[in-house]
Formats: sequence, C-alpha cells, structure tokens
Amino acid sequence: MDQKIRVLVAKAGLDGHDRGAKVVAAALRDAGMEVIYTGLRQTPEMIVEAAIQEDVHAIGISILSGAHMTIFPKILQLMREKEVEDILLFGGGIIPESDLVKLKEMGIGMLFTPGTSTQDIIKYLTEWVEKHPKN
Amino acid sequence: MISNNFIEKIFRQEKKSVSRAITLVESGDEKATNLLKELHKRTGNAYRIGITGPPGAGKSTLTNQLTKYYRKQNKTVGIIAIDPTSPFTGGALLGDRVRMSEIGTDPGVFIRSMATRGNLGGLSKKTIDAADVLDAAGYEYIIFETVGVGQSELDIANAADSTIVVLVPESGDSIQAMKAGLMEIADFFVLNKSDRPGSENAVTALRTILMLRDHTEKDWLPNIIKAVASENTGISDIADEIVRHKSFLENNELLLSKREEHFRIRIKEIVETLIRNHLWRDKRVSILEEKLSIVVNRAESPYEVAEHLFSDFQDQIVKQ
Ligand code: B12
Ligand SMILES: Nc1nc2c(ncn2[C@@H]2O[C@H](COP(=O)(O)OP(=O)(O)OP(=O)(O)O)[C@@H](O)[C@H]2O)c(=O)[nH]1
Ligand SMILES: [Mg+2]
Repeated sequence: MDQKIRVLVAKAGLDGHDRGAKVVAAALRDAGMEVIYTGLRQTPEMIVEAAIQEDVHAIGISILSGAHMTIFPKILQLMREKEVEDILLFGGGIIPESDLVKLKEMGIGMLFTPGTSTQDIIKYLTEWVEKHPKN
Repeated sequence: MISNNFIEKIFRQEKKSVSRAITLVESGDEKATNLLKELHKRTGNAYRIGITGPPGAGKSTLTNQLTKYYRKQNKTVGIIAIDPTSPFTGGALLGDRVRMSEIGTDPGVFIRSMATRGNLGGLSKKTIDAADVLDAAGYEYIIFETVGVGQSELDIANAADSTIVVLVPESGDSIQAMKAGLMEIADFFVLNKSDRPGSENAVTALRTILMLRDHTEKDWLPNIIKAVASENTGISDIADEIVRHKSFLENNELLLSKREEHFRIRIKEIVETLIRNHLWRDKRVSILEEKLSIVVNRAESPYEVAEHLFSDFQDQIVKQ
C-alpha cells in the first residue's frame, strides 16, 4: 500500500508565532509529504479531531508562547481518550531543556528547538513512519 | 477481506473508521475496490455540491459558512477539500482547514483534505471514491472544494450534482477572457467579496456574457449571487439557489440522468485504468524498452512498435 506520509502541523492556543510552523510545513511538503496545516489558535480538541479526520501519521505542534507544559499533555490525554495513540505527537519551538526532558518522559516524541535544520526533522519523521506503518 | 465490523462502523459514522476508509480508497488497492463494492448500495442519498473558482476567491470560507447553515437545519455535512500535489516532490500543503476551524469539532461534520496526487482536473482520482465513503456513512450534504481552478480543472462538473463557481470583483476584467469551460460548468455563480469595489461591474460583465448564451425555455439559466463569505452574508441565498437547482433537476428528471452521465464517465475511467494496469506488465515493458533504440535509429516507427505491443496484449487476452 502506498504509504504517503501525512502530517498535521498546528499552532495551539493564542501563540501567534507562525513562521516556524510554516517553515517546517513547507519543508515537509518539499520532502514529499502531505502536510495538513490548520493555522493559528487551535484547541487541543480541534487538533486531535483534525488528526482523526485526516488520518495522519503524526501531529506536529509548534509552540513559542511558553504554554507547552499544558498543551502537550492535554493533547496527549485526548489522544488516549480517543484511542489514537498510534499517531506520533511531536513538535518544536521555544522549550527549555528541563521541560524537554519532562515532556519526553510523558511519551511525547522529539521536540525541536530554534536553529534545528529541517533536514533533521524530515529524517526523524520519515524514520518514525517507517518503523510504525499504519495497518 | 473487509470485515463487517469495519463496514458497520462506517455506516454508524464512526469518524476513525470513515477516515481510515478514505485512506484505503485513496490507496486504490484491491481492498479498496472491495470496500467500494460493499458501500455502493448505501450511497446515492447525499446531495453533492461542488465549489470551484480561482485561488483565494473564498471557497473555503464559503464552505465553512454553508456548512454552518446546514448544521442549523440539523443536516450533516462531509467536506472534501482538494489542493494540488507538487509535480516535482510529490508533496502537498493542504491548507483549506485554516478557514474551517469553527466546524472542525462539530460531530455532524467531517472534513478531509486531499492532494491531487498527479491528477490534472482539479480533483484527485480518488475524490469521488472518498465522497462515496462519506455518502455511505450518511452525510447528507457533501461539499467538494476543488483546487483553485484555471481553465482545465473541470472534473468537478462530473462529480457534483450542483456546481458553484466562485468569482471575486477582481475577476471582472478576466471574465471576458474566461474560457468557455469554467462558464459552462457553473450551475450558478457566487460573486464573493462583494464588499470590495467593482462588484456591481463584475456582476454586469458576467450577466452580459451569460445572456449571450443560446438557450431555450426549458433550460436552466445560471444566476449570479452576491456574497461576503467572510461576513456570512448571502449564504442563505446560496443555499436557496442550491435548493432551486436541485428541484429543477428533480422536476425535470435530470438528477438521475445527470448521475447516469457521471457514472458513464466513471465506469469508463475505471475500465481504462484496469486496461492500463494490465497493459504495462513486465513483458511489454521490456519490449518497449528494447524497441526504443530501434525507433531512434529509424529502423521501426513508433506506430509499428505500438501495434506490436497492442497485438501482444490482444493475444494475451484471447489466451485467457
Ligand atoms: C519573529 C518573532 C516574533 C514575531 C512573530 C511573527 C510571526 N508571524 O511568526 C512577532 C514580532 C509578531 C512576535 C510577537 C511576540 N513575541 Co516573539 N519572537 C520572534 C522571534 C524573534 C523569532 C521567532 C521566529 O520566527 N523564528 C524563526 C523560526 C523559523 O524559528 P522557530 O519558530 O523557532 O522554529 C524552529 C524550531 O523552533 C522548530 N520548530 C518550530 N515549530 C515547529 C513545529 C514542528 C512540528 C517541528 C517539528 C519543529 C518546529 O523548527 C524550526 C526550524 O528550525 C523569537 C525569538 C527567537 N529567537 O526565537 C521571539 C519570541 C518567540 N517572542 C516572544 C514574545 C514574548 C513575543 C510577544 C509576547 C511579545 C509581546 N510582548 O507582545 C509577542 C506575542 C505575539 C503572539 N500573538 O503570540 C518570546 C517568547 C518567550 C517565551 N516563550 O517564553 C521570544 C522567545 C523572544 C524572547 N527571547 O523573549 N514575535
Ligand atoms: N473581503 C473579503 N474577504 C474574504 C471574503 N471571503 C473570504 N475572504 C478572505 O479571502 C482569503 C481567501 O479565502 P479562502 O476561503 O481561503 O479562499 P479559497 O478560495 O479557499 O483559497 P484557495 O483554497 O487557496 O484557492 C481569506 O483571507 C479570507 O478571509 C469576502 O467575502 N470578503
Ligand atoms: Mg481553500
């Protein structure tokens, strides 16, 4: 079966910094993926619901507002409730080192901080999907 | 095989299964074909609306508002929003959801973004299959948002019961130059962004062209509806016009004949795909490759090679 990688890229909460999200979305598209871009001000409910309807492999969240410690866990919780933990939750933005560790422990995928090369993001996502094909 | 459980879940409009079914039909493999066979008898109840028009005309905004309108009437809506696949990378940026945030968590709405995956007609090859999944799942209206239409993206007219062409005041100048195709597929026009200057002129220009068309008493004549989708103005007029067009089709026994025509085109396409898939298998692929240098050296013509390949294909069918 044609495993075209589908990924949702979303901005959560009131955070208006969308440059990073757009850069990442464009890079993933240029790597041959189908990127569903939701735009700004998405609630965790909207994000998880969109991920279900779009049948994506991964949800990528961009947060530069400092709200990562509430938003990531909330999305993860909703994913568990809706039984879609087979989707990868990952992302990037301004996230301090200590929080990176905590989020990782909660079961969130890789989080990329400023200066990351988009090539690293593409490589990570491609490898993750290879290891976790949808049935 | 497709499990009954999976099919039951689709009929129950369980979103995860509906979504997975669309992924399956998009893949186009044998399992997808089996699923579509199972679903077919449960389709045909949804009314299918196509929304097309130039990039940025407000198609997504309009889809969002029209969906809200139908939801107030307690109707369920399935949306398929199509954006182009890059011919160079195979990737796609699907951004129509940005304008549909309001309806994204409504239990009676299902939004799916699709990439064209190499198809040129403004839809993807699997758009109609995906609509069948939504139809079988019981969504009462299905709205297709096509890629920003140019001159040749006219497939929508073979997928929708009613086709809406969205234009904006700025389209005014180009209306004159618009190729026949886009004008002819419209069951009606929406002049969106009527809050902007030039909207009256655009309506007049459009009306002038439409009036020049040959028509008889019985023909449906496309109207022009002014709207400001971003402010939710003109939406009920659009919904009313859809009702009027639907009644016109039904009262003149045109809805079924229109759908027959759509199936005629679709069945032919399926057959042609089947033939193509059988045609280009190992032996003929290698014959083709071997012949290329011979053709370049002018020893055989492309027509001789083609006839050779075709008769090889015919022989194989006869033997089967
Ligand atoms: C540009 C900018 C703005 C622009 C935003 C324009 C826009 N549309 O994006 C403007 C001027 C509007 C702005 C406003 C504000 N900003 Co500002 N802004 C920045 C700045 C300078 C750069 C951000 C940027 O665009 N970087 C370029 C992109 C490409 O990088 P990136 O987003 O980091 O993305 C990379 C990675 O993080 C990662 N990544 C990001 N997202 C994703 C998603 C996925 C899925 C993946 C895999 C990876 C990934 O990969 C990317 C590529 O490497 C940063 C400082 C900084 N050094 O980051 C401050 C910064 C983010 N802003 C900040 C603040 C405080 C604000 C304001 C609140 C200021 C105010 N008082 O009004 C407002 C808030 C506006 C709002 N509504 O949210 C703070 C945030 C502090 C915090 N989080 O604790 C920062 C860190 C500045 C600082 N040092 O204090 N800002
Ligand atoms: N002034 C004005 N702006 C509008 C109106 N309707 C939509 N817009 C704006 O026009 C822009 C494009 O709207 P979309 O709905 O994304 O247009 P689209 O046709 O779906 O665009 P593509 O899918 O990219 O082809 C957005 O910024 C909308 O807010 C309107 O009636 N008036
Ligand atoms: Mg759109």
